[in-house]
Amino acid sequence: MTRHDILLAAGAIFLLWQFTAMIVDMPILPTPIAVIIVFFKELQNELFIHFAVSLWRVTAGMLLSVLVAAPAGLVIGGSKRLNRIFSPIIYLLYPIPKVVFVPVVILFLGIGDTSKIIIMFLILFFQIIVLVRDQASGIAPQLIQSLQSLGAGRRALFRFVYLPASLPSILTALRQSIGTAVAVLYITELSATKYGLGYYIYYKGSTLLDYPSMYAGVIAMSVLGLGMYFTVDWLERKWCQWKFVN
Amino acid sequence: MINIQSLEFEYTHHTPLFQNFNWKISRGETWAILGPSGCGKTTLLYLLAGLKFPSSGEVTINDEQITRPRPHSGLILQDYGLLPWSTVRENVELGVKVRNFYGPDGKHTPDNFIPKDNIESWIQRLGLSEVADKFPAQLSGGQRQRTAIARTLALEPDLLLMDEPFSSLDAITREDLQNLTLSLCEEQNITLVIVTHAIEEAAVLGKKILLLDAPPNQTARIFENPNTGKNGYRNSPEFHAMCERLWSEMHRSAS
Repeated sequence: MTRHDILLAAGAIFLLWQFTAMIVDMPILPTPIAVIIVFFKELQNELFIHFAVSLWRVTAGMLLSVLVAAPAGLVIGGSKRLNRIFSPIIYLLYPIPKVVFVPVVILFLGIGDTSKIIIMFLILFFQIIVLVRDQASGIAPQLIQSLQSLGAGRRALFRFVYLPASLPSILTALRQSIGTAVAVLYITELSATKYGLGYYIYYKGSTLLDYPSMYAGVIAMSVLGLGMYFTVDWLERKWCQWKFVN
Repeated sequence: MINIQSLEFEYTHHTPLFQNFNWKISRGETWAILGPSGCGKTTLLYLLAGLKFPSSGEVTINDEQITRPRPHSGLILQDYGLLPWSTVRENVELGVKVRNFYGPDGKHTPDNFIPKDNIESWIQRLGLSEVADKFPAQLSGGQRQRTAIARTLALEPDLLLMDEPFSSLDAITREDLQNLTLSLCEEQNITLVIVTHAIEEAAVLGKKILLLDAPPNQTARIFENPNTGKNGYRNSPEFHAMCERLWSEMHRSAS
């Protein structure tokens, strides 16, 4: 997939939206041109602040998840004993939809940013830990033995084998989690806040019935998700060059 | 240099691979371990490497009992054990990086370890300069094995252990790397122990050949092969005679 392909796809989506808006011809679905004009106008007003707050929350949630789940996945995947102990626990907790804990987390942690970040953390943590654990436990024994014969003990194995071997999995988990993280962000920002794109979209759409601004918020949220997606792609190309060689 | 005494080893629920097995290797010798699949060749190599441990008996190298991988031993495996995410240069540097990671602690790194700037010279010596910045996936089998050899020799081992290192290579590359291995071991005064299931390879590489049978192995059957390494040995009647002898011994054991 090249940049050219992505631009073509964006053009196709734009055209589809334009034609649908023209056919529907109702205020609830403005044309993309009208929305883009409002988007840039709103960006100079309040939209930018909402965007920045949402960006901070989702970045913090994702970073916290990676910083906790990736090392935990590496440690569990690198030890048969720990894997035997923790895998059943992860197996039971992984399928539980963490979104249902939103009220509980708000009750415990209040209505500030912390509760929103922790909810995202709860969801992303399991996705990352499962992928990283599976990658770490699937490393070829010959690779480990080869390193051990060079003098590597447990610490060096983590530094030179487990961590770099799991980096693609961490990035894959992040890529897979971005959509979920942004969706969860929207849900957490619907209540108990006056900042964030979730609040902005809901407020503009449901309270003010200002549909062009609402769609401008939707675009901002899409830009947020896409930006994170492209960042992960960029990190993968930078850190995992070996995956892209012939 | 290596002394195996009264070795007993078995995997759970399997016939013991070694029972009261004794074997000695002197410094600078080149040994080939030959035998059919499942006879314990690789296990014996791993016991020497400190990656497996006897149920009873002793494995000592330079009078020290092996309780963990020894910093002065190098191990090269069939699939080379290269890190796929590291370039050739980074792979060759890996052993030195591991040693720098721990420092000279006498456990992971020799007490007297002084980092040397010998990586580039090994890359050149093994003919890897042109591919030094490539990843293992971009290399041929021969280049990968050369990288594994450079990585091991950069640590200046006194014992080189190889587990079927050339089995997946084409005939020309295999012969080239066999000759290179022998000349490097002679030049650096390295003791070589190579595991193979190929009779010809054992006859080419081993001045002494240890033939293992179907388990349990109780005695070390050793064949002297003094002419190996000499010019033209591969095409000599002695070489063919040695191969035939090994073949008939293996065949007799199997039947």
